[in-house]
Formats: sequence, C-alpha cells, structure tokens
Amino acid sequence: MSDVTSDQVLTTQDGKPLKAALAKALRRERLRSLMLIAPLLIFIMLTFVAPIFDMLFRSVENQIVSETLPRTVVLLEEWDAGSGETPGEDVYQALHYDLMIASEYKRHTQLGTRLNYEKTGISSMFRRTGRRIADFGEVYADQFAALNPAWEDPMTWVNLMASDAWIADQQRWAASQDGPEPTFILSETAVAALPATADIYGAFAEFLQMEEGDSPTDEQPWNAVYAALYEDLADNPQAFSTFSGTNADLLREAVEAVPTFATASMKELFIDAEDGWGDAGNWAVIKTFSPAYTPGYFLSAADAQLTPDGLEMKPENQQIYLFLFYRTLLLSIVITLSCLLLGYPIAYLLAALPLRYSNLLLILVLLPFWTSLLVRTSAWKVLLQQQGVINDVLVWIGLITDAGRLVMINNATGTIIAMTHILLPFMILPLYSVMKTISPTYVRAAKSLGATDWTAFWRVYFPQSVPGIGAGAILVFILAIGYYITPELVGGTSGIFISNRIAFHISSSLNWGLAAALGTLLLVAVLLLFMAYDRIVGIDNVKLG
Amino acid sequence: MLWLDKIKVGFEGNMANTRGAAVRYESVQKSYDGESLVVKNLNLDIPPGEFLTMLGPSGSGKTTCLMMLAGFEPATHGEIYLNDRPINNVPPHKRGIGMVFQNYALFPHMTVAENLAFPLQVRKVPKAEQAQKVRRALEMVELGAFGNRRPAQLSGGQQQRVAVARALVFDPELVLMDEPLGALDKQLREQMQYEIKHIHENLGVTVVYVTHDQTEALTMSDRVAVFNDGVIQQLSTPDDLYEDPKNSFVAQFIGENNKLDGKVVEVNGKSCLVELEDGTRLKADKVNVESVGDRTTISLRPERVEFDTHDAMDNIVNGRVEELIYLGDHIRVRMNVAGNDEFIAKVRNRGEKRKIHVGDTVPVGWSLNDCKALDPVS
Ligand SMILES: Nc1ncnc2c1ncn2[C@@H]1O[C@H](COP(=O)(O)OP(=O)(O)OP(=O)(O)O)[C@@H](O)[C@H]1O
Ligand SMILES: [Mg+2]
Repeated sequence: MSDVTSDQVLTTQDGKPLKAALAKALRRERLRSLMLIAPLLIFIMLTFVAPIFDMLFRSVENQIVSETLPRTVVLLEEWDAGSGETPGEDVYQALHYDLMIASEYKRHTQLGTRLNYEKTGISSMFRRTGRRIADFGEVYADQFAALNPAWEDPMTWVNLMASDAWIADQQRWAASQDGPEPTFILSETAVAALPATADIYGAFAEFLQMEEGDSPTDEQPWNAVYAALYEDLADNPQAFSTFSGTNADLLREAVEAVPTFATASMKELFIDAEDGWGDAGNWAVIKTFSPAYTPGYFLSAADAQLTPDGLEMKPENQQIYLFLFYRTLLLSIVITLSCLLLGYPIAYLLAALPLRYSNLLLILVLLPFWTSLLVRTSAWKVLLQQQGVINDVLVWIGLITDAGRLVMINNATGTIIAMTHILLPFMILPLYSVMKTISPTYVRAAKSLGATDWTAFWRVYFPQSVPGIGAGAILVFILAIGYYITPELVGGTSGIFISNRIAFHISSSLNWGLAAALGTLLLVAVLLLFMAYDRIVGIDNVKLG
Repeated sequence: MLWLDKIKVGFEGNMANTRGAAVRYESVQKSYDGESLVVKNLNLDIPPGEFLTMLGPSGSGKTTCLMMLAGFEPATHGEIYLNDRPINNVPPHKRGIGMVFQNYALFPHMTVAENLAFPLQVRKVPKAEQAQKVRRALEMVELGAFGNRRPAQLSGGQQQRVAVARALVFDPELVLMDEPLGALDKQLREQMQYEIKHIHENLGVTVVYVTHDQTEALTMSDRVAVFNDGVIQQLSTPDDLYEDPKNSFVAQFIGENNKLDGKVVEVNGKSCLVELEDGTRLKADKVNVESVGDRTTISLRPERVEFDTHDAMDNIVNGRVEELIYLGDHIRVRMNVAGNDEFIAKVRNRGEKRKIHVGDTVPVGWSLNDCKALDPVS
C-alpha cells in the first residue's frame, strides 16, 4: 500500500506538481537573500577567490621562455638533452634572432632571472650576451653594404619587405602626418621567398613602430636582419624570381655574391661571448622549462628538480623547503597544544565564574587584541632576550649563572612562546562559548551518581567540551601555520616558518612562481589536515558557540 | 502501565534495602550572600521509606534544601543527618543519594545504556553485573530497545524514565527529585506521577520530592512540607493540609478558598466569633488567632457552602448571586457575601433544576468546622 502512495505525485489544487509549486514559491525568497549577500560575495570573489586562483595559476605558469625565445624553443625540441652535446648551429641562429628581439625589448634579463631560479649563472649569461648580440650579424651587414650601398638605405628594405598596400598607405600618411603611422604589413612575396628575413624584419618594424615611435622608412635594420637575408639567399638561390623591378635586380646581384661571402658561426660567436652557451647543461635547463606550464616551481618547493634523467631530489645542501614545511607543521602543533593547555583552564574558569567576574576576565583575555601585534611581539623580545628581563631575574635568583643565560629568542622557543601568547585568545573564545553551554547540572548529576570530581570532569564535562577544543585547535593551528610576522621577528633562523620563505620570494627574490607553489602546497597541506580532522573528529563536532 | 509490575521483579535482588534511609535536618540555615537567609531554621525529620514532598512557590528555598541534602550546597548552620550519621562533611559522591534533576541531566554524549552504566562504573561494579543491571533497569522502564540511543533521540517522557532509572540503578536508599515532571505536558505528567509513586511503593526507598504543583504534591506524597520564604509553614499529610491549614498561606496555597476579613469579638474555647467589616458575625474554628480584638481572615472552602440551609447550621448569611459558571459535574456560583463579591460556592450538579438565578438574593450556610479563623492576610 505504501508503494502506491509513494509513487503518486502530490499536486496543488490546480493540478501543478506540489514540488514545482514549492520551488517557485521559494525561488523569490532565495533570490532576495542572494541579493543581500551579493556585495559580500563579489568582494570575496575579487579579493579572495580570484587571488587564490591567480596564485594557483602562477605556480605552474611558465610562458616566459616560449614567449621570449619562440624560435629557439621550437628547434630545441629536436635536440636530445641527454646526449651531453650542445645543439646544432641552427639552434644558435634561432637564438640569435630571439635574443636580438628580446634584447631590444629588454626582456632577456627577465628570462635570465627566471632561468636562474633553476640554474645559477644563467642570469648573467643572458645579460652579458644581450649587450653584444647586436654585433653578431655585423659581418653580414658589412658585406651586403659593400656589395651595394643600397642595402644601407632603409627604403630599400621597405620596398623589398612591405606590401604594396602598406607602402601606399604610408605615403598617404606621410603627406598628411595625420595620426599614427599605419601598422607595417609584410608583403606576401617576401614572406614566401625570404621567410627568415621577413620574420626578423617584421619583428624589427613592429618594434620600431610600437616601442620607439619610429618609422621603418627611416631606420636601417638590425644586423640580424642581414644575417637572416644571407641565410635565406644561401638556402634559396631562386628567391629573386618572384620579385620584380629593382628588388629583383638587387636580390639577383646578392644571390650571385653570397657564395663568396665570409660567414660567421653563431655558435662560436655565442660561446665567445659567454662560455655558458657551450655548456649542454644550460641548454638542458632552457629545454626543460620551455613548455608553457611547468611543474618546476612545485618540484623546487618540494626540494626536487627535473633533470634530463627525470625527477630527482636536490643535493642535500640545497634542500630547505621540506624541512621548513616539517618545522612549520611541528611548531604549529606545539603551539596549538600549548594554547590548549593554557587556554582550557582559563576558559573553564570563565565559564564557571559568576557573570561579573567572568566579564572582567574576558576583557583581560581580549586585551591583547587591542594592542598591536608588533608591540606584543617586540615586548617578547625585551622579555626573552639574553640580556632581557627573564634572564636577568633568573640570574639574580641564582637559578642560572651569568654565563649560562638561556637563549629564548631568535630560535624556535621564541616563536613558540610569542605565538602561543598571540593565538591564545583564539583558543579561549571558542572553548569558552562551548563551555558556557554545558549546564553545571551535568557535573552535579555525575557526582550524585557517585563520580569523584575528577571522574565527573573527565567523563562528563570534558567530552562535552571537545567541540570547543576542536574549533579552537583548528583556528589556532590554521592561523599558526600561515603566521609570518612573529616568526620573522622572534624566530631567528631556527624559528622561521614556510610563510617567511614565501614572503621572501614575493618581496625580495621576486620568484613569484615559487612563492605561489609554496603557498599552494601549504594550502593543500592545511586542506588535507582539515579532511583528516573531519574523518577523525567530524567537522560537525566543531562548535563556536 | 505494564512496566510498573516489573519494577518489583526488577529490583527483587535488592530487596534487602527496601527500607529507605532516614533523613534529619537539624536547625539548618542557609544564606548565599551573607545578607539574607534563604532557609531559616529548618527542622525536618523524614522516616525511612517516606515520600515527602517539598511544596512552595518559586524562590521559597525548596531546591536549596534539596541541594544541601545532596551535598552540592553547604549548610550555613545546622546539621543534616542521613541514617543518624552527620553528612555535612561528606562529599556528594560519597552520599549515595540518587537524584533526578528538573531537566533530567542525562549525559548527552552517552547512550541511554551508558548513562545507566555510569553510576555502576564509578562504583567499580563488575562488567557482567553492570550489563545485567542496566538491562534490567531498561526493561523496568519499558525502554529495553532504546539502550543504544542518545538522550536527544528520546521523547521527554522517555528521557524522564531514563533519568528515574539512572537514579535508581545503583540501589540508593534515598532518591531526590527536583521538579522532575516540570517539563512534561499535563497528561504525561499525571501518568508519570502515578508511575513514580508506584516505584516508591515497590522499592521502599525514601523519596524527597520537590514541586510547586500542589496537585502533584497532594496525589503523590505521604507528607507534604509547605515552604514559604525559607520556612516550613506546615508539615502534614495531604488531607490534613487541605482540611486543617495552619495558617492563611497554606489555606491560600492549597486548593481553592474564600477569604473573609474581620475581627475576633468573642472566644469560646476552640471556637470564636468573628465580626466582618459589614457587621455580619460568623462562628469560626479558632486556629491561628489568640484573643478578642485580633484581626483575622476566615478561610472557607467553596464546596462546603450549602444552599439548603437549615436552622441547625452554625452560620447562615444572605448573598446575592452575581454569576453562574456551568462546569458539568458542578456549578460555580460567584456571589456577593458580606460585601465580598469574589465569594465562590460550588454546587454539585444533581440533575434537578436548581432555582438559582443571577441577581437573586439567597441564604447560604456552613458549619463552624469548615470555617477557619486564620492569621490576617495583609
Ligand atoms: N546559587 C545561588 N546564589 C545566590 N542565591 C541563590 C542561589 N540559588 C538560589 N538562590 C536564591 O535562593 C532563593 C531560594 O532559591 P531556590 O532555588 O531554593 O528556590 P526554589 O524554591 O527551588 O524555587 P523554584 O520553585 O523556582 O525552583 C531564591 O531567592 C534564589 O534567588
Ligand atoms: Mg527549584
């Protein structure tokens, strides 16, 4: 019978399904409440969720290599990093063009900095080479100029490379001088017949127009363009055939002369400029980090690295982060436990005292919130340092000798003491609000049933306060694990947290990718602990009041 | 009601102590703040096995008396004896007193069975015996299938039964109950009153029960102590309390009652003559007045007022009928008697058409013994 009724769809008086009618009635309510929280939601999205996703993205993002060295990266795919040999001449040629463009845009130093995270020394390699890269193609420029002075004339190049439409547009613009010069357009003939030259010249024209505000009609091209032209003509002696007029004549003349040209090996020029370019290891780094997305930051954050042979741990003396993570977790746990140990009796007292005393005590508990974090932390410095108040008192009492003053600051002890003090209210308040709801009759009942004070506390009171412990512990632990200022001030070297390294990479070394990866790992660690906590204690067992 | 029959069986093993404990308060005083006395010179003797109820308005000190007995509040002065042993310095957990709290105080983080096992565990009762006692106690309160539930998963009445079972499972000689039925609705309350009463009868434990519901006190108790302002106003059996209130407070507090203010004009041994404010003279039982000229309040139960007056009656006065309220088994008649128009008379509904109409002036009468001259109210 119950089957029959449960299959029936309940309807309203006019026959609509009851569920749909109910949903419709509730929708307006929901929309209204959604509108009420919309400002907060937008605020949180913009200031919290979006930055987190940006951070996640940054921790794997690595477009700088493929954007700065597009030609080199493509050719490097063919190269076998495991061979131990440097790449072929073609790769150096591509690097010549890429670095020429990058050095004009001043982007090569950024790339150097990025790759320097993976292997030290690369940064200066890029910087120094960048200063000399403009000369690498000089030998070709000189020979073309000697062959025919027309090659020194910017207009020769414009006529050779630009599309007819652009030349017409440009002339109209030059006559009126109205607005910006039309954006340079390559001629299809040039692209087809002289691909390398067109590629570099296009980049040159774009750089002039966009960055310098100059016109290609006024500037002689980079030496690299001449190198490219040489390369094109050597590759394709028939290149002139698709051109006409003076262009065809010029090119035919050049094609005939090219076999007699003196050549320069880009490989040698690079290695001449910086020995590093002859080191296959440096090339391996470039190849490894050429994809647009990389696990490199995460590997660094976990003290591992990606080598041509695959994944491996960094050398012992370079491993820092795993140990820092471990220390951060350990110290956070110690801080949480000491907060619990100190906070529980206070919260108990707060909950048990009559209201007028408990209010006073509560104000004392909250007092630290009214003073600046920095002031409190600095106060600990005064108290804990070797010539500080506590050591002085201990020496005065005679507990320790003057020579044996305790080191309580600028190490893990200092971090634990100062952070326990700072985070204590976050333990006390949830505990207190839970304990306040535990009626004293439970303990009385337990005693009337024969339990001693201790049994009544341990078997009846304590289990009911566990949700407060859970809430306080989670709060303190999560705050502690990400704490930064206090460890920075009182932690010295043995008491700093992973967040101090994150801050260092954000503000000093500017390695944001690594900072993001470290932050992401920290976030994941917290989430994992949170899930474990949910498994063991149950998140619905957490109460803030 | 079936489970009641099992109580006897359930606790048969403990019949050795069916005689409950004796309790004695000796000039006990209690002050919380050092300025006012909440309990003033309490002397109370509770014989073994008695069901004694402390009845009184809110704030009269009932809970305080109970807490002193349980050991949660120290007596400021005086001594409390349990089986002739002074217990002022015995901590609560060593007193062996079962207690049922107003909100039951079942431990929310333990199941019903764990709640019941708790007093046995702390007494280090062997595991097997624990399980057996818990099972028996659960069956006793008809909750055999509920052992694994949390208190929050039980109805109010079920929680109440668990609380009673928990207070009894370790075989205490004395059980204290502080308004254990206060949170229940009327019907359930009446049923539980009956059940608690039967537990008491079957087990023979001494019960000290606190309530401010007079019906509860009258139906359940062997004796009732009426509290007011920290003083026991009267300690008697329920019928004595109703029939022979010793002062106006008890008369007002227990049952319904007409008040007539006046002055004593004549004293004749156990009775006296009282003149009301309008000059009417009434013969009354001299309970709480001393001599001629004393102001007094006469107390008279509404059901003792007769409309069939005859000359042999001690008191006959005329009253005007103001209002008739039909209540089925009886009719309440509100009258103006001797200037008091809150005077109530109850007439049994015998089926005959009584000739009482609103506005009539009719004679009403009552006997001297039903009419108590007590201390004046205000
Ligand atoms: N812990 C306490 N501290 C101070 N005063 C108290 C305390 N407990 C009770 N009192 C005062 O003692 C008086 C008697 O309280 P008690 O709880 O005994 O009353 P009660 O008769 O049980 O009342 P109720 O029927 O409302 O439970 C009240 O005036 C109360 O305000
Ligand atoms: Mg009370």
